[in-house]
Amino acid sequence: MFKTSNKLAAWNIGLGMAALFIGGLFGPLQKLEHAGINLYTSLQNLGIASYYQGLTLHAVLNAIVWTTFFIIGFFTFVIPHSLKRELTNPKLNIAAFYIMVVGLVMTAVPILLNLATVLFTFYTPLMASPFFYIGLTIFVVGSWVAGWGFFATYITWRKEHPGQPVPFLAFGAVITMALWQIATLGVAVELLVFVIPWSLGWIEGTDPQMNRTLLWFFGHPLVYFWLLPAYLSWYGMVPKQVGGKLFSEPMARLVFWLFLVLSVPVGIHHQFLDPGIPQRWKLLQFGFTFALFVPSLLTAFNVIASLEIGGRNRGGTGLLGWIRALPWDDPSFTAQNLAMILFAFGGISGLANASYNMNLALHNTTWIPGHFHLTVGSAVTLTFFGIAYWLVPKLANKPLWNRKLALAQAWTWFIGMILMSNGLHALGLIFQAPRRSMLGAAPYASGEWQPLLIESLVGGLILGVSGLLFYANMIGTVTQKKQAPAPIEMPVAEPYRNDPSPAWLHTWRPWLITAAVLILVSYGPVLTYLFANMELTSPGFKLW
Amino acid sequence: MHIDRRERNFIIASIVLMFVFAVFILVSSFVMKIQVPQAPVPLGRVNPNTVATPGVSPWGDPVEERLRQVGPNQYEVYILGQAWSYQPAQITIPKGATVTFYVTSKDVIHGFDLQGTNINMMIIPGQISTLTATFDTPGEYKFICNEYCGIGHQTMFGTLVVEP
Repeated sequence: MFKTSNKLAAWNIGLGMAALFIGGLFGPLQKLEHAGINLYTSLQNLGIASYYQGLTLHAVLNAIVWTTFFIIGFFTFVIPHSLKRELTNPKLNIAAFYIMVVGLVMTAVPILLNLATVLFTFYTPLMASPFFYIGLTIFVVGSWVAGWGFFATYITWRKEHPGQPVPFLAFGAVITMALWQIATLGVAVELLVFVIPWSLGWIEGTDPQMNRTLLWFFGHPLVYFWLLPAYLSWYGMVPKQVGGKLFSEPMARLVFWLFLVLSVPVGIHHQFLDPGIPQRWKLLQFGFTFALFVPSLLTAFNVIASLEIGGRNRGGTGLLGWIRALPWDDPSFTAQNLAMILFAFGGISGLANASYNMNLALHNTTWIPGHFHLTVGSAVTLTFFGIAYWLVPKLANKPLWNRKLALAQAWTWFIGMILMSNGLHALGLIFQAPRRSMLGAAPYASGEWQPLLIESLVGGLILGVSGLLFYANMIGTVTQKKQAPAPIEMPVAEPYRNDPSPAWLHTWRPWLITAAVLILVSYGPVLTYLFANMELTSPGFKLW
Repeated sequence: MHIDRRERNFIIASIVLMFVFAVFILVSSFVMKIQVPQAPVPLGRVNPNTVATPGVSPWGDPVEERLRQVGPNQYEVYILGQAWSYQPAQITIPKGATVTFYVTSKDVIHGFDLQGTNINMMIIPGQISTLTATFDTPGEYKFICNEYCGIGHQTMFGTLVVEP
């Protein structure tokens, strides 16, 4: 029944993993450079002109290409299996894949030719080749088309099952794509109205404050686009994998609705230190950001309670003894549980960033990459590895090549990440060492930084080894001759209680209206203000 | 909707915690006056293409005139960021001075992070970033560019010297 969607899922996931492999190579190179070992001069023979070109590749491939392709691939698999019906219009989702590939190539070529060394946020008035921006736009449009294919399938299912609540996994996936559709409007306006015409020479100047604001309209909900698929697995799959049940399915659904409503009206917390945003809008969005933290706290309770049910079902006793009873020999569980632990720290450092004036101590220091490697680099990526440990065998119909290797991968990622991100957090907080910088060549770098740079380097090298372990296992799995002894099923968590959940958890209109109202309130006035005071004076600069 | 009692207590505690944190933050910003950068009032805008031209704005003045004393122990300094240096790159003030920084860029977005202080600002062409600090401890304080601005980004910094 699912032959088409399974194959399409495999292609999306495979391409995402290929992107992460290339993007990931630059991680250890960056850590080496910071500690004083600059390998970029030798890389120039291989076509990498600078640290900053490598950093652009690292972030674009890891934070955009890997994530988006994996997520869409994961949803392409999950939605049909959850709804027990194939995609209604597979050609639409197949077309989406091809559109995204076209966008990817059009973006990648300028980056590889060193015509787009603008980093993944591409702040103007640094100006890349127009193909970079056009390629990104096409890539995003492709992801929209994938979403429309999912929405069509969802709508058809609802017509075929009137009055029935949507199965949780499909529900969460569709909400994530709805959030993505709303979020990408900001970057779409930035690119289509301002940056692409400017890069083509049709408009002479641009307003960098305006462009930054439109980008961050998108940039914060982007991280929830990354995070919600991980939450979907933690709520909707992992409880089954540990022999437990989802403690509260209604609360889990509520959390997804809250993210739909609260993820966008907060983007200005990335701009607390911007001169051109009036203080009252920074304060309002600070308030919304603190509200946005609550659904993640709810997730912590619900997921840990669900794990506890499983641990106790497996014979664990005592206040904490159930933790030891969890299936630590299952790499899919272990990777995801370690991801959750790392995420706790990432969430805390993120809360610090979001705390209005506390941002003064942290903004654009290495604390920031310390934070996001714990979140997108661990909560999301390590969870996706955990999902891959059952999903790739399922799609290939072959067993996971080496279970012990997978466990070693999960633990080395955990240890490597603790060391690397601890080093980065401390360097940023104590010494205000800047991010996005060739620290090894910085005249202001102090000898006092060295121990933390070394800690961070050791962590980064361990992460590199961990990554290689993951790829070895993936390649081993798909190329081996063995077939899976029994069909691998998608884990689906059952709810702990069977109370009927209220109707307002199953209806879109109030949530969409609330989302629209909050966006209008938080962004309407400030975007109007910026537009009214816009001065298109900045020409493009190519400073690399 | 059924909510387990323990979960409900956790939810209430979470919301209360966020309110408590928010109160602390608001006290630190409005009572203790640790504030984020803003555009100076009236609306502070400049044209990055002409801001460094002599006579057009304070950032076009000779480098020696960028630091101005405006009162007993009160100073203003007009710093221009550009790829990849600050002008002035070295500023000397006496101990106890209160300095208001006015920083802008003539090309791309830069950062301005003055080590040892709460001064950390995005420097955006067309906009003026401003914050004030008082320097009670003699020493050398570096101000570093912490936003990617091109191939020489890692060399962009200046030094503030506080004389005893």
